[in-house]
Amino acid sequence: MRRTTNTGVISLHSELVSNDETKDLTAFSCPVPLPAGERILLGHGSGGKLSADLLQDVFLPAIGNPVLNRLEDQAIVTLNGARLAITTDSFVVKPLIFRGGDVGSLAVHGTINDLAMGGAKPLWLSVAFILEEGLPIETLRRVVASMRDAAANAGVQIVAGDTKVVEKGSADGIFINTTGIGLVREGVTLSATQARPGDSILVSGMLGDHGIAILAEREGIQFETAVQSDSAPLHALVASLLEATHDVRCLRDPTRGGLSSTLNEIAASSGVGMELLETSIPVREEVRGACEMLGLDPLYVANEGKLVAIVAPDSAETALRALQNHPLGKDACIIGGVTAEHPRMVVMRTPFGTTRIVDMLAGDQLPRIC
Amino acid sequence: MKYLDEYRDVKIAHKLAAEIRRRSTRPWVLMEICGGQTHTLMRYGIDDLLGDSVQLVHGPGCPVCVTPLEMIDRAIALARRPDVTLVSYGDMLRVPGSETDLFHVKAEGGDVRVVYSPTDAVQLARTQPGRQVVFFAIGFETTAPAHAMAVLQAERLQLQNFTLLVSHVLVPPAIRTLLGSPKNRVQGFIAPGHVCTVVGVRDYEELVHEFHVPIVVGGFEPIDLLEAIHMLVTQLEEGRAEVENQYSRSVQYEGNQPAQKAVALVFEVSDRKWRGIGSIPESGLQLKERFAGFDAERRFDLADVRAEEPTECISAEVLLGLKKPTDCPAFGTRCTPEKPLGAPMVSSEGACAAYYQYRRHLVTL
Repeated sequence: MRRTTNTGVISLHSELVSNDETKDLTAFSCPVPLPAGERILLGHGSGGKLSADLLQDVFLPAIGNPVLNRLEDQAIVTLNGARLAITTDSFVVKPLIFRGGDVGSLAVHGTINDLAMGGAKPLWLSVAFILEEGLPIETLRRVVASMRDAAANAGVQIVAGDTKVVEKGSADGIFINTTGIGLVREGVTLSATQARPGDSILVSGMLGDHGIAILAEREGIQFETAVQSDSAPLHALVASLLEATHDVRCLRDPTRGGLSSTLNEIAASSGVGMELLETSIPVREEVRGACEMLGLDPLYVANEGKLVAIVAPDSAETALRALQNHPLGKDACIIGGVTAEHPRMVVMRTPFGTTRIVDMLAGDQLPRIC
Repeated sequence: MKYLDEYRDVKIAHKLAAEIRRRSTRPWVLMEICGGQTHTLMRYGIDDLLGDSVQLVHGPGCPVCVTPLEMIDRAIALARRPDVTLVSYGDMLRVPGSETDLFHVKAEGGDVRVVYSPTDAVQLARTQPGRQVVFFAIGFETTAPAHAMAVLQAERLQLQNFTLLVSHVLVPPAIRTLLGSPKNRVQGFIAPGHVCTVVGVRDYEELVHEFHVPIVVGGFEPIDLLEAIHMLVTQLEEGRAEVENQYSRSVQYEGNQPAQKAVALVFEVSDRKWRGIGSIPESGLQLKERFAGFDAERRFDLADVRAEEPTECISAEVLLGLKKPTDCPAFGTRCTPEKPLGAPMVSSEGACAAYYQYRRHLVTL
């Protein structure tokens, strides 16, 4: 607080007043610049903008090549005329066991899904464990049994593996990496670069179940009806969809970063805009409630058994029916369309007829205070 | 969703918006105090529905945004101590201090935890007696009762390793500062419903008498805000200035008295600095002498950690409703949620972040 000389009264907002009088706004400079990018933050793993920065600034300049640079969920390489899909993913979920699955089934489903999004039939998986000293062997046994069941149910074989143990505190129980190989269906080419204005945007079911199930477990939140992770292998659903229509341009599973990050990625890769209809976004009541309570937006919450499909306009209804006829797609719906307007931007039309941006997640989604 | 969808009803919203447009004879300048209300206005595009009938400016009610730089630097200094676990609400982690933020301190190895409730921090202190647990107690009248409860719990448990780093601010002194400014343009206020749920509406009656300005206590859903705006416009058009309560499903005249008692037991009113605004007398809370043992600023020597607010930032004008976020030349270009230059771009309740997040497509950068 300062005394202003002109009036002789104590001004509580003297800094404001003096700012306004003296400031040259064109010379506005950054008051609190942060040292950028010196260390890895948790947000670098959130699947949002920071993750994308890491790809552009660190990985691609060092190890980029035409296959990797495509930045799809899986690499597609040709070998003796066959198109192979290859993908790898690490699973560091906490808690290890949650409603609807565990880190083992998740590690199988996640990699199967990344193959399936390339239109591939998943065939083989490798698995690598990083175990923390002191982990009860019983926990490991349970997780491995769950991987066996998940692989058997999906018709894939786990054909290679590795185990490392690190000192207590150097890992959190069990970290799992799985790598998958699959065979791409003939005549199918799916890519995030193929979305065109007029295309329809479909999702295969309710959004946000996995993220909320995990958060509820972690925060000890109880619901009247428990939310379960949607962790599931999607290759059979994809097979039915691709059999029904040849007009699918792109498939993605909206895992970490949620629907918003996935759609922003596709919009950026294809150089198109998207417009979503808020009333058509399928979210379970319990998930909506939990998000309201926790100050989160379901569009940014992770899914592990859902897909987004970009489909040419004439085949949207066929695609929708194909999804809905499969148990994993029974709640599928069309949530919006691809536009030529506002390229690289995803816009939501609210129930009030107004619009707002659906941005990519910057860092981790943080709970609001009030 | 029951108890929520009713307040997002499209037909009612359009009816209210039409009524406001019909009623309003000039573009009344109204301010919503709370950042949660700003968030809703932006998320649903309520300002678009109203056209030129009112001009909405956004108030200082984002607790993360108004926490002074110095306090953030103090939290960072504490988090860097090897013996301290710093516990905070999630939003606080990304707020830039003078040099860094708590996320970076965490990445450097600082023990920084995020909780939803301060009593979780008490629990943490209980389970790790060898470490000093400091809870970063920020916010308005809404978070104060929970912070008071945490101190009372810690006292009952005779915890020697639990303290609060207190940076509490109060809404009415901020409104008084704003109304006393010769530059004030605001003609009516939407008072923060959650704050009033705790403290009641008496303080706002005093403001109405002192400044002859209408104040409507408002909720946080689209219909709440449209109703509150409608009530304000009606008062202004009729030349009235009263306190009215739109958020009656939550706010009672006397407020939540047990919560007020807990706050009065633990805290007392004190002068506070507001980031971007400056010092305002009797605008915050500090721990009472009896609870001095739970005051992190007394337990740890933090007096050396001082920081001056940068004079260039226009967050002052934004927080006081004199400028829109989009008036800032850095908005959306050099200042974004990933690289915030000032606090209102940090929290999703901050006016700049709300504009950036939801309305960027409607402005030319």
